[in-house]
Amino acid sequence: MSQTKAKRIIVVDDDADYVLQTKMRLEGAGYEVTTADSRASARELVEIGGFDLAVIDLMMEEMDAGFMLAHEMKKKHPDMPIIMITSVTAETGIYFNTQDSGANSWIKADLVLAKPVRPEQLLEQIARLLA
Amino acid sequence: MTVRVLVVDDEAGIRTAIKRAIENVRERFDGIDEEIIYETVLAEDGDACLKHLSDGLGDIVLLDYKLPGVDGLEILRRLGQMKHDGVVVMMTAYASLETAIDATKLGAYDFLAKPFTLDEMRYSLRKATQHLVLRRQAEQLAAEKKQVRFQFISVLAHELKSPLGAVEGYLRIIKDQVAGDTIEAYSDVVDRSLVRLEGMRKLIFDLLELTRLESGQKERDLRQIDLNEIVAYCAESVQTQAAERGIHLSVKVADGLKMFGDRTELEIIFNNLLTNAVKYNRDSGSVTLKVGAKAGKISITCADTGIGMKPEEVDRLFGEFVRIKNEKTKHITGSGLGLSILKKIVSLYDGSISVKSIPAEKTTFTVKLTQGDVP
Repeated sequence: MSQTKAKRIIVVDDDADYVLQTKMRLEGAGYEVTTADSRASARELVEIGGFDLAVIDLMMEEMDAGFMLAHEMKKKHPDMPIIMITSVTAETGIYFNTQDSGANSWIKADLVLAKPVRPEQLLEQIARLLA
Repeated sequence: MTVRVLVVDDEAGIRTAIKRAIENVRERFDGIDEEIIYETVLAEDGDACLKHLSDGLGDIVLLDYKLPGVDGLEILRRLGQMKHDGVVVMMTAYASLETAIDATKLGAYDFLAKPFTLDEMRYSLRKATQHLVLRRQAEQLAAEKKQVRFQFISVLAHELKSPLGAVEGYLRIIKDQVAGDTIEAYSDVVDRSLVRLEGMRKLIFDLLELTRLESGQKERDLRQIDLNEIVAYCAESVQTQAAERGIHLSVKVADGLKMFGDRTELEIIFNNLLTNAVKYNRDSGSVTLKVGAKAGKISITCADTGIGMKPEEVDRLFGEFVRIKNEKTKHITGSGLGLSILKKIVSLYDGSISVKSIPAEKTTFTVKLTQGDVP
């Protein structure tokens, strides 16, 4: 019987409660979770490396922090899946569609989900991207 | 302000006489800042009248009752249908009580009995203009108030969404037993939920406070206030918070300084200034509060050695629900209404408030209040 090492996920969001809840949900499903509350601290952690997937909030300390972080991460770790979480849709009605090739070129995420994200949905998508 | 007067009469002589009589007139009314000038538009029959009106050219309509082909009451009816936002003065030689009643029911504001002197015409026009301008002012104020109330409620609904969502998320985590079946595993969850709830409570409380201030519903208890005493009282209530982080509080009030005001309001001012100075300070920093008087104005300065603000942040500071969100303020709680409330109260004292700040160094708030009648 082989022991599969738990997959490591980094969750980046400046909303402390969102981060704590996501961490608990992912840990409850057997993942190892590291959290960061800004693009700056996330970058440092990603340098150290070893993450299998990233969940990033689109807007943090600056309007485009999450968006920029995704770009940087994809450059450094092109094979690491990124899920972008945004409250922008709820606020502005703008939809980000990663199926649309236009959007694909500037959003460096494998998937964009709008807050509030159902925990089951997040877990399903993570399992799919890590498969 | 230009008021457009539409003169509708089949007699050219009357039309031109009225036009000449009012074209250089400048009116002033109590309660209205702007001077009013008239722009006259002439119409010789019902059709011309209605055409000008549909072009929006008749704030005031001087309307001849007996027009060729169409009767004045009919025009009034059409004005009603068009939802004409103006004032109509009927000019008529056929002044029977019945006509007057009919016309008034249809919306006429006043009557000028022909033959009338130009002075009588100007008097009637002046009355009608005053009525129009005041009515429009009231309508605008009501619309603005409605707009503000709506915005307020929208913003509040928006501000509550986040904490409500957070607490719901936490409860679901407990319900789903995501971290196992021991209650200790959920202590962070419970603590954070309580913090968010407290935040909601504070938000609602501050909002009520602000609304009461805006609507003038708060009853003020104005009396002579001993500033030394009230400042000492407020400083003491901030003491614990300050001591927790080693922040030194120093207070200096001019000897025997008094002012005429409402104690609760002044407490809010001092508490607000002091709590902000502590909240946004660095550990082991200091807060210096000075209160003095000059030329009938009380001057309050509250300086802290705290995180400071950039000029763009200072500009936004007094907006409602504005909380300066950056790396340094992440862990600081607040409703975002404190300074809005402060500003409203300061205005009750015909005062002023200003801020100077150097990022990462210091911030100083200066509040000036009218001292009022003190012996």
